Amino acid sequence: MRIFLNDDAHEIDPGTLAKALEALGFGGRKIATAVNGRFVAAAARPATPLADGDRIEVVAPMQGG
Amino acid sequence: MLYGVELSSRLLLGTARYPSPAVLERAIKASGAQIVTVSLRREGGASRAGQSFWSFVQSLGLRVLPNTAGCHSVQEAVTTAHMARELFDTKWIKLEVIGDADTLQPDVFGLVEAAGILTQDGFEVFPYTTEDLVVADRLLEAGCRVLMPWGAPIGSARGLNNVYGLRSLRAHFPDIPLIVDAGLGVPSHAAAAMELGYDAVLLNTAVAEAGDPVAMARAFALAVEAGRTAFLAQPLEPRDMAQPSTPVIGKAALERFSN
Repeated sequence: MRIFLNDDAHEIDPGTLAKALEALGFGGRKIATAVNGRFVAAAARPATPLADGDRIEVVAPMQGG
Repeated sequence: MLYGVELSSRLLLGTARYPSPAVLERAIKASGAQIVTVSLRREGGASRAGQSFWSFVQSLGLRVLPNTAGCHSVQEAVTTAHMARELFDTKWIKLEVIGDADTLQPDVFGLVEAAGILTQDGFEVFPYTTEDLVVADRLLEAGCRVLMPWGAPIGSARGLNNVYGLRSLRAHFPDIPLIVDAGLGVPSHAAAAMELGYDAVLLNTAVAEAGDPVAMARAFALAVEAGRTAFLAQPLEPRDMAQPSTPVIGKAALERFSN
């Protein structure tokens, strides 16, 4: 199925957010996530199923004012 | 005292726009800041920028205040705040809900709404607001225990645009920590804010984009200390007429010999 991660389209096997992040190279990294504009806590990723067309946001710490 | 945390430094420093991480680190040290602001941005699978910045932040051993910079809606700001809480492991959030892209003026209606939601969710909110008294009241009703009115638009280096408004805000809320956030350009702006009785200032660009950020950080630290000391020393009120500082009584009578 097709999902969007930070606006880029990816073809992935159906599964959870945790599996998708692992497959896309984010395993073990300091990131925070949202699906379709809603925050998904790290602890909830293994229990968050993804659907075709879902929009995932992945963010990391950055400099700020 | 910010949400029960006692601090000795009255300068909060942003971490963006420095020439290098080394300069940033030295500028933070020179400023004496105990709180630095941070943010979060998208990270791709190949990029490790966020991971190295995270290691850097941890090495500083300071309190971090994550922001919701760039958020234009309540939902966006609330989601960003939740992501920041998890990433930085803090209840503190510098809440920005931007209403105008040119001036980066806060959308105070969205700000109040988001502040209420986040307070309910257990956050300790530092709202980036205007000097509007009624908005300040609404933010306090929403649960904020700190207010951060702007001095001038973010990054504009204009200083305190509305001294009267800021003074009025200080007088209305004598017991609420007030921090001037944004728009400061030179140390005298920071000193002026502190002389008004503000509890602290938050700045970033004025230091980061100075020719010598480390020296400028030090200059701001001195100005903040000078302004605070002056406030506690009870400054004079301006007056319209001159008042001789040297006593006139006992002056030698020499005028009769003129010409």
